[in-house]
Amino acid sequence: MSTPDISTDLFLDVCGLHKRFGDNVVLAGVDLAVPRGSVITVLGKSGTGKSVFLKCLAGIVHPDLGEIRFDGQPLDAINATARTEFRRRCSYLFQSNALLDSLTALENVALPLEQTTQIPNREIRERSLEALRQLELDKHRDRYPSQLSGGMQKRLALARAIVTRPELVLFDEPTAGLDPIRRNSVFEMIVKYQRQFGFTAVLVTHDLPEALAASDQVALLDGGRMQFQGTPEAFNRSDNPTVCAFRDSAGALRDTIAALRRGETITSKEEL
Amino acid sequence: MTRALGQHTLRIVHELGDFALFTTRAFTAAIGSRKLSRRVIRAIYEQGVRCLPVIVIVGLFTGLVLGLQGYYVLTRFGSEGVLGTLVSLTLVRELAPVLAALMLVGQAGSALAAELGIQRNSEQIDALETMGASTHAYLISPRLIAALIVFPIQTTIFALVGLFGGYLSGSVVLNLQPGVYWSAVHNAVKGQDVRECYIKAAVFGILTIAICAYNGFNAHRRRSSTGARAVSASTTRAVVFSSIVVLAADYIITSLLVNQP
Repeated sequence: MSTPDISTDLFLDVCGLHKRFGDNVVLAGVDLAVPRGSVITVLGKSGTGKSVFLKCLAGIVHPDLGEIRFDGQPLDAINATARTEFRRRCSYLFQSNALLDSLTALENVALPLEQTTQIPNREIRERSLEALRQLELDKHRDRYPSQLSGGMQKRLALARAIVTRPELVLFDEPTAGLDPIRRNSVFEMIVKYQRQFGFTAVLVTHDLPEALAASDQVALLDGGRMQFQGTPEAFNRSDNPTVCAFRDSAGALRDTIAALRRGETITSKEEL
Repeated sequence: MTRALGQHTLRIVHELGDFALFTTRAFTAAIGSRKLSRRVIRAIYEQGVRCLPVIVIVGLFTGLVLGLQGYYVLTRFGSEGVLGTLVSLTLVRELAPVLAALMLVGQAGSALAAELGIQRNSEQIDALETMGASTHAYLISPRLIAALIVFPIQTTIFALVGLFGGYLSGSVVLNLQPGVYWSAVHNAVKGQDVRECYIKAAVFGILTIAICAYNGFNAHRRRSSTGARAVSASTTRAVVFSSIVVLAADYIITSLLVNQP
């Protein structure tokens, strides 16, 4: 693994995270250092365990082994106070959005404030409306998630994630299923609100160009371990074979298709 | 064989303990929960208002059949005058709490298990957990509190409609004097019977709604099925277990209360 170029102020520090489901080893000693206030993207092919890794961070999936330190405090099953504190200061944006389908857009955004704070109802409403306004959803506040488009649902999930003014936001495939224009706008939103609110962001995606443009650091998860962590520039320069294969996949596809069009026989190097 | 039996027993004991913790947590989490009353009112609507038609229909037909069967049996002994006693005690002590609970399991309980199962599948419950909300306070407590209110009311409605059904078949169809029927009802039902009826209704309410909620909430833990199949399996399991538990609890409560003066 390349030496990460990070500051000493680590907000989230993951060491040797292991997770297996039956015989399937998904994470085999994952390390990740997340500096405070940075945007860090975890890249990787589909099925390499990126979402599992993020769910381990969020406490939805319990790791078999390893340590997660949040702002210096270890997060484990015994330390319930640290986990509660983590949840208070952290938001999670699910790949599926996970919006409560029986609540309206406004109720969805207000929910974390209602359920986890003692803020007066009027202020909750104002803050929720403000979050909806920021994401241009205020006209749709009385609609249910099923009445919104995929892009709107994503923005609504983002509004719910930022309404509590979290210090850490975990984004699980925030652009999954979106067209290129919407994909760009989601990355723009993430960077914009990260700058505005100053939260630390950990993203999981396989959208390479957008991730490189939007992140302070990128990490590459493959074979159950982080194969690389560093700046986007270092990622582009890296001669790590796994990084090269991932980085050059678009060029490799172009070459393969050109060869197929010329009638050449291509032997697949890797199973899909 | 012995090993399999032991593992199965351990699994049952583990699940019973988990269920007890789940139910206790649902009650304790209600303390200080924000906007709980709004969610309780919604749950009362779901369990109460929506299930009212089926309670009324089943209650009426139960009373009609009781009146009809009871009249012909009692006529053999020349005792048709005590038809009101037979109908009222059968309804108040047994049929109203049991059948109302079974109807509520079929309608509100199955809907609850399916709803929670879908919420689990679509990561809505995970979303609540990650935002630091108490999933028990938000999803389970209102349903249990509502069950404590709704089940006794629905049981009362079932019993009253059933008594009216008995009157219809006994007095309107079979010409028993209405005064004889209602007088027998009035004399037969004592405070102890009503108390037994409400104890049963409250216990059945807590048990059935907790079982349905537990199965839906833990739909993802099923190893034999995933996705939509896990939801349907959890719903089926919830309804079957709840129905069995209602009948078993009915026997236990009856045997505990029946000998009291």
